[in-house]
Amino acid sequence: MTQPLLFEISRPGRCAVRLPDLDVPPTDLPAGLVRSDLPLPEVSESDLVRHYTRLSQMNYAVDIGLYPLGSCTMKHNPRINEEMARLPGFAYLHPYQDEETTQGALFVGYSLQQFLSEIGGFAAVSLQPAAGAQGELAGVLMMRAYHIDRGDPQRDVMLVPDSAHGTNPATTSMSGLRVIEIPSDGRGNVDLASLETACVEHSSRLVGMMLTNPNTLGLFEQNVEEITALVHEHGGLMYGDGANMNALLGIARPGDLGFDVLHYNLHKTFSTPHGGGGPGCGPVGAAASLADFLPGPVVAMDVEQSEEDAPHFTLVVPPKPIGRVKAFYGHFGIWVRAYTYVRMLGAEGMRRVAEHAVLNANYLMSAVKGVYPIPYDRTCMHEFVCEGRFEDAPDVRALDVSKRLIDYGFHPPPNYFPLIVREALMIEPTETESKETLDRFADALLAIAEEARVSPELLYDAPHNAPVRRLDEVAAARNMILRWQPE
Amino acid sequence: MARVESSRRLGLRVPLSFAVLRAGVPGILAPPPRSCHGFSHMPYIPHSDPDREEMLSRIGAPSIESLFECVPASVRFPELDLPPGLSEIDVRREMESLAGANYSAADGPCFLGAGAYYHFVPAVVDAVLRRGEFYTAYTPYQPEISQGTLQTVFEYQTMICALTGMEVSNASHYDGATATAEAVITAINVHRLKRRKVVVSPWVHPEYRAVVRTYTQGMGLHVVGDVHSGPMAPASTLEALGEQVDGDTACVIVQYPDFLGRIEDLSDVAEAAHEAGALLVVVADPIGLGLLKPPGEYGADIVVGEGQGLGAGLTFGGPYLGFFATRDKYVRRMAGRLVGQTVDAEGKRGFVLTLSTREQHIRREKASSNICTNQGLIALAAAVYMAAMGRRGLRELSELCYHRAHYAADQIDQLEGYTVLREKSFFKEFAVRCRRPVKAINACLIDEWGILGGYDLGRDYPHLQGHMLVCVTEMNPREDIDLLVEALGDACGA
Repeated sequence: MTQPLLFEISRPGRCAVRLPDLDVPPTDLPAGLVRSDLPLPEVSESDLVRHYTRLSQMNYAVDIGLYPLGSCTMKHNPRINEEMARLPGFAYLHPYQDEETTQGALFVGYSLQQFLSEIGGFAAVSLQPAAGAQGELAGVLMMRAYHIDRGDPQRDVMLVPDSAHGTNPATTSMSGLRVIEIPSDGRGNVDLASLETACVEHSSRLVGMMLTNPNTLGLFEQNVEEITALVHEHGGLMYGDGANMNALLGIARPGDLGFDVLHYNLHKTFSTPHGGGGPGCGPVGAAASLADFLPGPVVAMDVEQSEEDAPHFTLVVPPKPIGRVKAFYGHFGIWVRAYTYVRMLGAEGMRRVAEHAVLNANYLMSAVKGVYPIPYDRTCMHEFVCEGRFEDAPDVRALDVSKRLIDYGFHPPPNYFPLIVREALMIEPTETESKETLDRFADALLAIAEEARVSPELLYDAPHNAPVRRLDEVAAARNMILRWQPE
Repeated sequence: MARVESSRRLGLRVPLSFAVLRAGVPGILAPPPRSCHGFSHMPYIPHSDPDREEMLSRIGAPSIESLFECVPASVRFPELDLPPGLSEIDVRREMESLAGANYSAADGPCFLGAGAYYHFVPAVVDAVLRRGEFYTAYTPYQPEISQGTLQTVFEYQTMICALTGMEVSNASHYDGATATAEAVITAINVHRLKRRKVVVSPWVHPEYRAVVRTYTQGMGLHVVGDVHSGPMAPASTLEALGEQVDGDTACVIVQYPDFLGRIEDLSDVAEAAHEAGALLVVVADPIGLGLLKPPGEYGADIVVGEGQGLGAGLTFGGPYLGFFATRDKYVRRMAGRLVGQTVDAEGKRGFVLTLSTREQHIRREKASSNICTNQGLIALAAAVYMAAMGRRGLRELSELCYHRAHYAADQIDQLEGYTVLREKSFFKEFAVRCRRPVKAINACLIDEWGILGGYDLGRDYPHLQGHMLVCVTEMNPREDIDLLVEALGDACGA
């Protein structure tokens, strides 16, 4: 099943849009500044609708079935979110309008800041960052700015566990800081002795530490209080990667655990869609000591509400901001969706989300345990990591298991991450999946393990019933065809 | 069109939800969570009581709470001070009330631009975006079941190249500002970190220049060129910019049309940059490129910009779309996701994410950017939009903006108290010197006429106090423009 490219269905003279006739006297076009050709496709509206409908049918999505990508929290995206973000009073708002005309939008922003502060245990939140990685960049720059502000500019060392997501070290480098990697111990926690050694060795240069909790193994960092105390003792700050916040909603607040700054992923924890790769939204929460450095503007309430009066909101820039990380205020359309979600669920719902996310992950883990090796065998949080390898089928790899899952109608979990587990399969079911779905997924995994022993070629050749067969990624990198060109 | 009856400012309705939300303001505690056996109905959690019991027994755990024993007891199960959950009916009422408290471009004529534009979005764009197969998928890590997303990105990359006159485009950045910052990082890497200077035109969007400084604050760069004292003659800007380029310059950044809407031939500044071995980065308006010579033809090395006009809508500043296109030779220095064409095991054409060895999940601390999630769905909107408009439509639309903007400029220029700055050609925006403060004029426009007036250039340029940046698009028919002219006359006469 393939679909021709737009450029291949294009026919001269077609156009899907009719524009208004020119209703003003024309002006001469600027001499020497006008293009001679515009090589865009020419298609009708019906061409377009069919093209994209057919392409959509070649995608797997949460709307089709379980999408257990670890640390991505592929939960159901409530439909009310989508409708609310499209209300004309939100969708047609220009960011530079006078604040008197945007009070409803600012209310949403202010309230969401409050909600996230409360959920994370922070003094303040900026909603500006566009995605988790940008939230990280903001947070790390804030830590750097904090030390410079205190007359400690030589601090340039960031501690990052070996299980960390790749954005953590990448962000550190982008911020002009050095990465020191900290190994994990036999239970999947940060190795405390190594951490202490690193803290002592780099004490005067320590910016802080980046920690994901639960970590990318899906395990709650049991020594989190010791870790944060140790880093603080050496003048460092604790950065929390909030990718895995879905496990902590109403369970524990990162601020209470000793984190100084944390990014949230609204497109993971707060049910906003992943969009085929964005847009996300990565708000940053900060403890009181770091709140002045938040990127801005943020929304402030300059007139408190009373019995008679509505509150009044305004955009303000924090006192010592790291600067703005993007134009305007952030992904407002995503704020509306996340705000809607928090309003739907309330405090009780937040906790129920985390509880069921953790229940589902533990249930799946117990269903495959014994067949798929579990490197760190303890109660997991919202996700778990198992190994996609079998002693009696040594040539089968995690990638083969993944590709075979496609034949069973499931999206595979990520392979080979975290890097510290051999042939890792990182599975996060989320709370929105039912027991029946989990049972079917576990049955598929168990059947594949059996196939690996008796007919491994079924795995090597998989997928068999996807729109395309296994794709040659090496050829793609070698030939580099990155756009369509006429023959 | 009649004047708006009453002042919008005074008439702003107090939304119902302010009362509803009192419970949400910290200090008024929500009811404590009930125990495991007293669940409220949660629409997004499918578990029944028997499900929970069966699952716990399989796990071998006595209760859901027991799964959290690894969490320090002193901080476990905080009582969150959030408002209680609501039904969808109540949430909808609240949101409609909040949306209704705004006055938007849907309510009256809008002449505000400055980087976010009220452009037409054909219905087909949202129809495609609403397909769950697109919006509830994620990054296409498994190409066999992501061909829909991958092919749309490949088509997007092709169309961005066509529009900009460049050879390669990535899958998107967060917005025009961060795409500009990433262009700087690319240029620094092209020069293998040996050049430390970035020359940026003062007429690049002020917020983009701010983001460049935020992104590079830890990199020890010198960002120059946009610091200006006194009035800067617009004609001399590109030349003056070229004069600041030297052997330590990694790149020169200009905007096209610039922040004041002006269009200029970029050949000379390209030459000045290239003579010094620096890259030329052009921040372009994609709608303008429907009509204007593409930056690639001037010799641009990187073309970035805000793709918001390509079907993203206004939505109070985001999510928008950063596009990024460059020359083939810089492809390995470019950040962001990239889709390439290949074949499957049966020789059929297919698409995959490629050159991912540049990215953070492989290179970790050696990656030049930390970007992973980008603006996938907005890039899809842009692709549908560009295809819907096509070769003819985008040119027509671009010309419509151009002619209407010039008509508006001519009319406003004739008004007492207003002078249009028009030494240079312009596209859809132009600066107007006003006798009264812009804030006062805009207050009159919105209060008396229901018109969203132009951008106050004094916010960013001290020497342009009293100057308004007016934007005219295909969404402003002649009658709106005539109303604006009448309202402006009224605002200055008052």
